Amino acid sequence: MKEQTALKQAPLTKDTERLSGAEAIIKCFLAEGVDTIFGYPGGAIMPFYDKLYHYQDQLKHILTRHEQGATHAAQGYARISNKVGVAVATSGPGATNLITGLADAMIDSTPMVCITGQVASHLLGTDAFQETDIVGISTPVTKWNAQITKASDIPTVLAKAFYIAQSGRPGPVLIDITKNAQFEELDFAYAKCHSIRSYQPVPETDSSSLQAAAELINAAQKPMIVWGQGVILGEAEKEFKAVVEKTGIPAAWTILGASALPTSHPLNVGMVGMHGNYAPNMLTNECDVLIAIGMRFDDRVTGDLKRYAKQAKVIHFEIDPAEVHKNVFADVPVLGDVKNTLAAIMPLLQERKHDEWHQNFKKLHAIEIEKVIKEDLEPSSEGLTMAEVIAQVNKESEGKAAIVSDVGQHQMAACRYAQFQYTRSNITSGGLGTMGFALPAAIGAKLAAPDREVVAVIGDGGYQMTIQELGTIFQTKVPVKILVLNNEFLGMVRQWQQLFFDKRYASTEMTNPDFVKIAEGYQIPAKKVTRREELAQSIKEMMEAKTSYFLEVCVEKEANVFPMIPTGASVSECRLE
Amino acid sequence: MENKERYTISIYTENNIGLLNRISAIFQRRHVNIESINSSASEIDEVSRWTILVNVSEDQIKKIIGQIEKQVEVIKAYYHTEDETIYQESCLFKIKSDLLFEERQIQNIIKDSNARIVTVNKDFFVLEKSGRSSEVDLLYRELSAFGILQFNRSGRIAVTKEAMEITKLLQTFNP
Repeated sequence: MKEQTALKQAPLTKDTERLSGAEAIIKCFLAEGVDTIFGYPGGAIMPFYDKLYHYQDQLKHILTRHEQGATHAAQGYARISNKVGVAVATSGPGATNLITGLADAMIDSTPMVCITGQVASHLLGTDAFQETDIVGISTPVTKWNAQITKASDIPTVLAKAFYIAQSGRPGPVLIDITKNAQFEELDFAYAKCHSIRSYQPVPETDSSSLQAAAELINAAQKPMIVWGQGVILGEAEKEFKAVVEKTGIPAAWTILGASALPTSHPLNVGMVGMHGNYAPNMLTNECDVLIAIGMRFDDRVTGDLKRYAKQAKVIHFEIDPAEVHKNVFADVPVLGDVKNTLAAIMPLLQERKHDEWHQNFKKLHAIEIEKVIKEDLEPSSEGLTMAEVIAQVNKESEGKAAIVSDVGQHQMAACRYAQFQYTRSNITSGGLGTMGFALPAAIGAKLAAPDREVVAVIGDGGYQMTIQELGTIFQTKVPVKILVLNNEFLGMVRQWQQLFFDKRYASTEMTNPDFVKIAEGYQIPAKKVTRREELAQSIKEMMEAKTSYFLEVCVEKEANVFPMIPTGASVSECRLE
Repeated sequence: MENKERYTISIYTENNIGLLNRISAIFQRRHVNIESINSSASEIDEVSRWTILVNVSEDQIKKIIGQIEKQVEVIKAYYHTEDETIYQESCLFKIKSDLLFEERQIQNIIKDSNARIVTVNKDFFVLEKSGRSSEVDLLYRELSAFGILQFNRSGRIAVTKEAMEITKLLQTFNP
């Protein structure tokens, strides 16, 4: 196999041992420090599961109720811990069920390794039972993928898979392993992969770019930072905070950047984007220098690109050269790992306060408080708002909980109103917008960080997309808190129908089952709240529970999320009502 | 809309199954038609070289190159305009042998076009021509008047005027 020639072989640390391919896969996992995997057995992956039986004390396997759940759980695991999430499935439908999770991990840069069983190699291409070309299918949604047809390739290819998944800009890798390769024996020895000759995970930083960036930042009168998940993925929170505090620059975040700097930090000016905060959106089009750090100018962040920060000089700190100039032209690209580039630029930066410029943010934020936030948090209407539920969670968890949100209105409420104290506290499907993400992702997150409180915040729509994972919670007893904000609508779509489709609510109204009974069927303590008076106590009960807990909160049916930048509008056309 | 131009993309890659799929998906996703594609050995052992011809704007080609280079098994990708490369394509014509003897004009066409007769037997002869795309087009037009049994042409192959220092690059990747 040609792949091996591309690997820089580290010296073997111990003698080889004679193992089956299936057992070799497990040994590879253990060598990579994997303690938990998520998966679902089936014909073509059975040799692996058979060997796993003997390793239950070293490698915990979480049987999800659907392979999609396994991928999202692996994602949640990775997102909270910065370790590689691992999902395992069989061939055919097992493999195709991984696609949504792979696509989600690809667009949100989540390190994940998926292993799929495949029919025996002599059957490849014969339309055998449960044969599907998963390498072909998964190509556009993986950072790398490969098929293994003989056992002796397993250690090198898996070493490469783990290296690729977590190096540079992380991403998902899929390795398809034929059944015969799992049965065959090999002389096993494992050497971690540290380089691949065609692959440069972190581009070199040009020191003149740091100089140029520092000059722009030091001369700026109205600078603004927009940071993204790159700060978290690069574990650069400390370096980032130092730069923000030294320069005194107002810093706003993309949805995936949330929690890298505490919400309450005085220089944190909120979220940018379609449902972001008013001030940072409006002032994007007034700043003189826009400093983008580990973010990729997604269309949900920028709105109309032709009217996005045109007045500003743009500095882009980025690890992936393909992201530079992709959507927004960067006057000064600073390539490299933000942990290094932010540390390197520190001594070049001047201490500043930018008090006057901060006043602009405060003024606009006051308008948002008046027009949106006040009514969200202290509603004058009878119906409960999503925001007041999130505020109650903040209060009970003292901002320490990790919030795993799904996709839709509740997600925006969660991101807007959660008070994050610690990094890696906001786990959500950002780029792909995968409904059904939160429940399995919360399971993975809780297993990776058992000491943290993990609250899944989910809408009634997304909840029913992966509701079967209640079975996983029931079986594994993982103490995840499930908070369903039920408005009996696919709320975000309904909001768009109201605003842009003359209130034609086509297929967005949900007739929902009795969620409490369903949870109880899985022996998960469950409660439903319909009135404001019950809210605080119920959230308290949920947060205090030592076990998993299900809480349904019936919220206002036809509430809208504001501020909002309609599609095609500019960030400075941010609507408050 | 920016002006579209013809670009020759040169990609140095590891020789791996599946990479064709990965590269072609980059074009497909952006609705960019590949005019021709050629994959072969390069000047370096075990490194493949791809030559892809597209008609896009410069902004688009830059982004496409970025996406190609991002692939793990791609060593380096370049794009060049027509002036920056020396390029050729190659074609084969299969024609009835009778015509070679009966039509004096065909012999002239062969001479004038610098085409080469690869083989002749009593039924057919095969003509080979390498050159610019326009030369192949011209030869095709001239011969089609007499009847062509089969015609096949290759994708573009190209070398660049400027150096593409892959060997040096590989050394920096793998010190």
